[in-house]
Amino acid sequence: MDKFVTHKGIAAPLRRSNVDTDQIVPAEYLKRVTRSGFGDGCFASWRKDPDFVLNNPGFTGTSVLVAGPDFGTGSSREHAVWALQDYGFKAVISSRFADIFKGNSGKGGLLAGEVSQDVIEKIWEKLEANPGTEVTVNLEDRTVTCEDIVAEFVIDDYVRWRLMEGLDDIGLTMKHVGTIDTFEKTRPTFKPKVQ
Amino acid sequence: MGKTLAEKVWDAHVVHSAEGEPDLLYIDLHLVHEVTSPQAFDGLRNSGRKVRRPDLTLITEDHNVPTLDVAKPIADPVSAEQIRVVRANADEFGLRIFSIGDKEQGIVHVVGPQLGLTQPGMTIVCGDSHTSTHGAFGALAFGIGTSEVEHVLATQTLPLKPFKTMAITVNGKLPADVTAKDLILAIIAKIGTGGGQGYVLEYRGEAIRGLSMEGRMTMCNMSIEAGARAGMIAPDETTFEYVKGRDHAPTGADWDAALEYWKTLTTDSDAKFDNEVVIEASTLAPFVTWGTNPGQGLPLSASVPSPNDAKDEVEKVAIERALEYMDLKPGTPLKEVKVDNVFVGSCTNGRIEDLRAAASVLKGNKVASTVEMWVVPGSGRVRIEAELEGLDKIFIEAGAQWRFAGCSACLAMNPDKIPAGKRAASTSNRNFEGRQGPGARTHLVSPEVAAATAILGHLASPADLVNV
Repeated sequence: MDKFVTHKGIAAPLRRSNVDTDQIVPAEYLKRVTRSGFGDGCFASWRKDPDFVLNNPGFTGTSVLVAGPDFGTGSSREHAVWALQDYGFKAVISSRFADIFKGNSGKGGLLAGEVSQDVIEKIWEKLEANPGTEVTVNLEDRTVTCEDIVAEFVIDDYVRWRLMEGLDDIGLTMKHVGTIDTFEKTRPTFKPKVQ
Repeated sequence: MGKTLAEKVWDAHVVHSAEGEPDLLYIDLHLVHEVTSPQAFDGLRNSGRKVRRPDLTLITEDHNVPTLDVAKPIADPVSAEQIRVVRANADEFGLRIFSIGDKEQGIVHVVGPQLGLTQPGMTIVCGDSHTSTHGAFGALAFGIGTSEVEHVLATQTLPLKPFKTMAITVNGKLPADVTAKDLILAIIAKIGTGGGQGYVLEYRGEAIRGLSMEGRMTMCNMSIEAGARAGMIAPDETTFEYVKGRDHAPTGADWDAALEYWKTLTTDSDAKFDNEVVIEASTLAPFVTWGTNPGQGLPLSASVPSPNDAKDEVEKVAIERALEYMDLKPGTPLKEVKVDNVFVGSCTNGRIEDLRAAASVLKGNKVASTVEMWVVPGSGRVRIEAELEGLDKIFIEAGAQWRFAGCSACLAMNPDKIPAGKRAASTSNRNFEGRQGPGARTHLVSPEVAAATAILGHLASPADLVNV
């Protein structure tokens, strides 16, 4: 997993609340057997609408999504995070995330930062007025900056540390590989083996 | 203070523990199937990682497999692709796999125990919520997500926060016509589908001690339907007898050492559970679900409930929705509900004892002309065992279809689907809307009730056959 300290990129305003994971990646895309390539499923239904924000050429190459409250509700599918990342998003800023989505984001390395809906509204106005505006998400300071708006976002301390260290759960566990080796030597010989 | 069974098994597997961090738990056995594993293997590939312990990892094909014409290629391209990929992954990472046609192939939770791979005191995981089945042996066994599958493949460990513990004590003896399935359905109806949230359930008491290993597996299997992470039963002579002599059971000095350890795996008398539920076995009867979640169940002798019976507005709406989907009218005796399909199988009730129970009811009887009945063994071995006992003949003579091993009609991911609008009595574990096929209606029952229902064409228990 790449380390996330600070990221600057074009932000897209998603002026919707209750964006459920079925919208982020519809079920028909779940049959894939790879982890990559979910980008074409990302907001697949909404992208059929030419007026959908991500179809605006001004937001081409966007990497920060700014969404309304209750982002990521519904099915626990980890594919929702994979789809957002594969589409190019590094961070999602919302006024409230669904618990499971927030957990899955942390696991997958997608920053999910919470700010007040008031801040979201102000950022939306800036982004809509000037498509292509860049936003800076600074995890060290826990701030999101959009022109003259500087707002602190909320993120779990443990998740922040992991993202900044670039450690996925596996990377983190790998730090204990010596302890695992030692533990394995103490396992009783009667424990079964498959092959 | 003493420890509960779950705490003993947990503590014996902690590799690393630190303040403010989850415990790192060692996993003794990782079971894998074709649906939840492809992205995990892809993740390993992308990061250049290997499977740490191929000798503790076992793959079987189950969710997607057809149960008829198994020698032919799989017709559905998506299912065929998942099977192709899991075989390629097994090959690339050097893992043992039971493929279609192998006598060991079958439902992941039937395969582990019958090979003796499931033993007391182990930690067992699988990307499947019904992994709780293995808790019947006094193992700590639970379902995990795809990221966690990758984590276990790479490290043979999982970072986890401890679960809470709940004792479910069933006092006294079960009435003769009450099975493990009836008991677990009654428990879920009592505590609700969210009642076990965050807990490991430990089933205890005289009625539990009296259950066979397969009955215990049925109980632990459905712990997840009460919202629990896992279900456990302390190992005893019944457990040791079941494990002894199986392919992967310890032998010689290892057996003696194992047995000595296994006998310590009981909840200490001074241990404290976070919660406790007590049930009197004598009050139970054959059970059936009437609604669209496993907690919506009643004794078979009862009638369809009314939304007016609800204790609050939320439940009232839930009952109304369920009755509409199930096409049932309040007050209708459950035994008058006509059924189109009967399914005996699944990781809940697809073992040899379940097939014996269904066969004993069907013997000398015919499946009603209005009913289509499928009997699907949980594994290739169960199928062979049943055929050696002549159970297949009983099923076929009664007019039921005798099929090959797989998850089958439990979950509508393979060709075995209940058609829209049809009503099924099913020995599986979930009666959600569309679970057995879009628009299909499901009543969860025991194998005995399934067989009696097939004969009479309406929900019935074996006792009703005598009265015909």
